[in-house]
Amino acid sequence: MELNQLTIHELQEKIKAGETTSTEIVQAVFRRIDAVEKDVHAYILLTREKALEGAAHADEEIKKGNIKTLTGIPIALKDLLCTKGVTTTCASHILHNYVPPYDATVVEKLRDAGAVFTGKTNMDEFAMGSSTETSYFGITKNPWDLERIPGGSSGGSAAAVVADECIASIGSDTGGSIRQPAALCGVVGMKPTYGRVSRYGLVAFASSLDQIGPFTKDVEDCAIMMNILAGYDPRESTSVPVDVPDYRQFLSRGIGGWKVGIPKEYFIEGIDAEVKDAIQQTIKVIEGMGAKCIEVSLPHTEYCLAVYYIIAPAEASSNLARYDGVKYGFRSLDGRDLMEMYKKSRSAGFGAEVKRRIMLGTYVLSSGYYDAYYKKASQVRALIKQDFDEAFKQCDVLLTPTTPTPAFKIGEKTDDPLQMYLSDIFTISTNLAGIPGMVVPCGFTRAGLPVGVQFLAGHFEEGKLIQIAAAYEKNANLGKRRPKL
Amino acid sequence: MKIEKDEVTHVARLARLEFTEAETEKFTAQLNNILIYMDMLNRADTTGVEPMTHAIAQKNAFREDLVKESLSREATLANAPDVRGDFFRVPKVIE
Repeated sequence: MELNQLTIHELQEKIKAGETTSTEIVQAVFRRIDAVEKDVHAYILLTREKALEGAAHADEEIKKGNIKTLTGIPIALKDLLCTKGVTTTCASHILHNYVPPYDATVVEKLRDAGAVFTGKTNMDEFAMGSSTETSYFGITKNPWDLERIPGGSSGGSAAAVVADECIASIGSDTGGSIRQPAALCGVVGMKPTYGRVSRYGLVAFASSLDQIGPFTKDVEDCAIMMNILAGYDPRESTSVPVDVPDYRQFLSRGIGGWKVGIPKEYFIEGIDAEVKDAIQQTIKVIEGMGAKCIEVSLPHTEYCLAVYYIIAPAEASSNLARYDGVKYGFRSLDGRDLMEMYKKSRSAGFGAEVKRRIMLGTYVLSSGYYDAYYKKASQVRALIKQDFDEAFKQCDVLLTPTTPTPAFKIGEKTDDPLQMYLSDIFTISTNLAGIPGMVVPCGFTRAGLPVGVQFLAGHFEEGKLIQIAAAYEKNANLGKRRPKL
Repeated sequence: MKIEKDEVTHVARLARLEFTEAETEKFTAQLNNILIYMDMLNRADTTGVEPMTHAIAQKNAFREDLVKESLSREATLANAPDVRGDFFRVPKVIE
């Protein structure tokens, strides 16, 4: 085993035992990047020099016996997290040269925990997409099949973890942008409760939905990352001041006597047969561990996609009004006056999908349409949340497929926005309700593409997700497959 | 049609965007498809339902009124495409 293939907790043990150094780990990661990055293209920017400096510093601390949770561990960051002095592009032309003057809170927390940053990962432009195909900087490929997409919008972060181009990574999830790529790449991904992780320094997409979370190689690493990321931040007014448990305590508890709800609306027509088989196999494993699986109903599920594609673009159109070519980013030099400069900068700076969503959002918020679209969607959103409240009265967690199909081919859905949106059909409701969701690998198709199972729990119950995910991971016996690159 | 071409042009102006004729046509068709799909929401009975804005509504997220360090002028202007002295510079606003 190469060092870059190991997990955080395995590397921690080796570091503590003096069997390896941060410098060796970082070098192993960059050797891997040099070998496979031309095929995968998980990163927009590599910060090799800074990473090696960070590793040298970590090694000094290790010698002094000063070892923190992530000391010397190479982590990759989605390129919408502000990093002081390091370009943060959101995979957009309009921010291609933006160098933030401050760090996002999660970056600060990871740094304080001793992490070393490998670089900034690729994504759909402004996190708007399900395939990482809308990036201004080119497409990321799925390491299991280079002709397929890795999912999105955090496709680079997911691909980097499964290709062993980092040890763990950070993504963001507005409608499935952590969980969908985690499933399609075969890694562990967590979208925490709305308000659990500070978004200070996250470039905003849809503020009532966005959350930051980790991608990891196993469930224990997810618990380790959540211990660092979670917590109240006075700089973020939607972050919630509630206690954060030690998530590692949930790793070995088992799920004997649990009730696991299976929402019948999530087994729709059109779901791929092999995905369905893998999920049904997962249900059997869960039952074999002493939990009872019961059918539950989330009756407003059919409305989720329509609600999401009103609310998210509406919020995006407002959030992205700040890109005006004045304070930062790209400015077109063709404008004769201020208004023209705005229009030309924004029209040349944003890609097609971002413009489509700004247009949709501006339309649904515009005079005469607000009640019919935005208000109606916000009311149906309340009903969707009620569905979950009712379901969690009957069960501890929910179990669902993450995506209707395995990873699709590059270019397959780019011409039909609605088809692309449908790939998020099982993940969107979580963001609308603000509950946490976690994805764990649960099998492979015959063609060798990963399938992921999604667990959902009530507000601030990430611990339950880690508990069932850890128990499942232990009993699933999926073996350690790696993509052949 | 849910949305006509001239309405797309109007919305583009509100959003400070501009499109070529071909782009406007493509957007009109795509937005129509999406808006027709949205019509399904009319099937949901929302009589008396309060609109939900945030999953976990925080009221009055106050903090102490303390003076803290903020970004320096230099750091604030560092990313601007055009700066003169201590100001962001833009094309002329008034004729």
